[in-house]
Amino acid sequence: MIAQLTSSERQYSAVILILLLMAGIAMAALGKADALGVQGVIVLLYSGVLLAFVLSSIDKPEPSEDRQANYYDDPIKVGIVLSMVWAVFGMFMGVWVAAQLAWPNLAFDAAWSTFGRMRPAHTTGVIFGFGGNALIATSFHVVQRTSRTRLAGQLSPWFVLMGYNLFCLLAVSGYFIGITQSKEYAEAEWYADLWLVIVWVTYLVLYIRTLARRKEPHIYVANWYFMAFIVVVAMLHIVNNLAVPVSWGHAKSYTIWPGVQDAMVQWWYGHNAVAFFLTAGFLGMMYYYLPKRAGRPIFSYRLSILSFWGITFFYMWAGSHHLHYTALPHWVQNLGMTFSVMLLVPSWASAGNALLTLNGAWHKVRDDATLRFMMVAAVFYGLSTFEGSFLAIRPVNSLSHYTDWTVGHVHAGALGWVALITFGSLYTLVPALWKRERMYSAALVEVHFWLALAGTLIYVFAMWNSGIIQGLMWRTYTEDNALAYSFVDSLLAMYPYYIARAFGGLLFLLGTIVGCYNIWMTVRMAPVTAQDHADLPDRRAAPGIAPSPAE
Amino acid sequence: MEITHDTLVAFSKSWGLFYLIAFAIGVAIYTFWPSNRRRFHRAKHSILDQDDKPWR
Repeated sequence: MIAQLTSSERQYSAVILILLLMAGIAMAALGKADALGVQGVIVLLYSGVLLAFVLSSIDKPEPSEDRQANYYDDPIKVGIVLSMVWAVFGMFMGVWVAAQLAWPNLAFDAAWSTFGRMRPAHTTGVIFGFGGNALIATSFHVVQRTSRTRLAGQLSPWFVLMGYNLFCLLAVSGYFIGITQSKEYAEAEWYADLWLVIVWVTYLVLYIRTLARRKEPHIYVANWYFMAFIVVVAMLHIVNNLAVPVSWGHAKSYTIWPGVQDAMVQWWYGHNAVAFFLTAGFLGMMYYYLPKRAGRPIFSYRLSILSFWGITFFYMWAGSHHLHYTALPHWVQNLGMTFSVMLLVPSWASAGNALLTLNGAWHKVRDDATLRFMMVAAVFYGLSTFEGSFLAIRPVNSLSHYTDWTVGHVHAGALGWVALITFGSLYTLVPALWKRERMYSAALVEVHFWLALAGTLIYVFAMWNSGIIQGLMWRTYTEDNALAYSFVDSLLAMYPYYIARAFGGLLFLLGTIVGCYNIWMTVRMAPVTAQDHADLPDRRAAPGIAPSPAE
Repeated sequence: MEITHDTLVAFSKSWGLFYLIAFAIGVAIYTFWPSNRRRFHRAKHSILDQDDKPWR
């Protein structure tokens, strides 16, 4: 990791880590007994461990080779590993909270393990930990390959990656001790939010500088999606997290947005987090890794441009569909509903573009589970964007809102689309990055595929059933205009579906663990050396004929 | 002039619509501009080329 940095770059990284260490000490000192103090200790430990690592290898020899002649793959490799670690953590938390809904005793009577604290640990773990690290890693890979140039920084990729993971760690550890802004997908408090702004601006600058150094005349469309992801997430994050802390020594802050404006800003943020964090960036992956794996160019490049701008224009306005039948002005609700329905056009354009790319390569989809991951992801993308447009229509929303249908919809997108396209991309990327001929085991990729698909289907069908039953029970009236069912009646009706949901999630988690093992074993495999491909006689002994004397 | 809720509603219902339409037309022109055809063709095929070393 450190071998590619010059000694001055190593010194800079030590300086940055010392500053971070001091920030941690300041937080711990100011926070005292407040939860902020605990967070300060976490910053201190995190930067301390990294500093010890940097200092222990600060005297190692300087990089000798010409760095500009090679792509910068070290941060990508670390990003992939972190992404899979977060995936296992986040999905485990998901299975746990799902099981708690069926068997509430699984909270074990502790404060940290209550549903309200574990649920954000699950969402942050999977969205920001797993998804975010995968996005950072693949964006670093795609921007270098499509621009034919090395990343425009040696230290900044590490700063982005490790800084981002510090944010995730602060967020998740904070939830367990009761810190939250109570804003969905933006639960982390002000100090973590400020830190993320610094990290994210560095990411943006690094990405733009790399694109500026490109050797290709045109910026490939995957980069447009990654850029939209970076730019819009910066915008969303800053506006939604404008808040005033109680004091410098308190973790708690209050948002500057009052009342319904706060709700609107939150769901403008929340829905665009789905749009630009969970969609745009992953479309970037799809537009690069799917053609690459299929060995065929994207079906229509023009269509990909039209759908890019369609998605960026339309998504920005769709957030208010989360606030139907609220104090939000009616016309704003209508606006959100209309744009959500229109969104179907660019969304299906992307899904169709992906599937039509595979026309003529269906035999590869049949034989290659990696490509199948991406194909099924495109199908789920099409299905869940259709469902999303449908659920945004006000009368439909009156049935679905506040029920498990929403949860099912989110997971059709998050498991079926986001996670599957990520696994497909990682299985394409890992052998290429570590210079292995292929993944360690194609059979295990196959096992992962079927576990993931079965888990997703069980999950989504369970939630469709329970959501629609819930919605119908809550609106059933008796002859004398009283509600026919109490809330507890509907809760009891959910019991079998909650068990099924936890089981579906468990299958998905098992698939992810299989994936981790497979990636680990691939990294441990012997690399394909340049000699293997050089036009030279093969001097290796044929297996079983001549035993090598070295043994 | 006092900026009220109604002012903002009127603005977003008129200019909000116009600028989105203008953007959409702009994007359509860019996408189908004849001289861009070669660029796009090259872009979509170039990702399939060898990519193990940066270009000098």
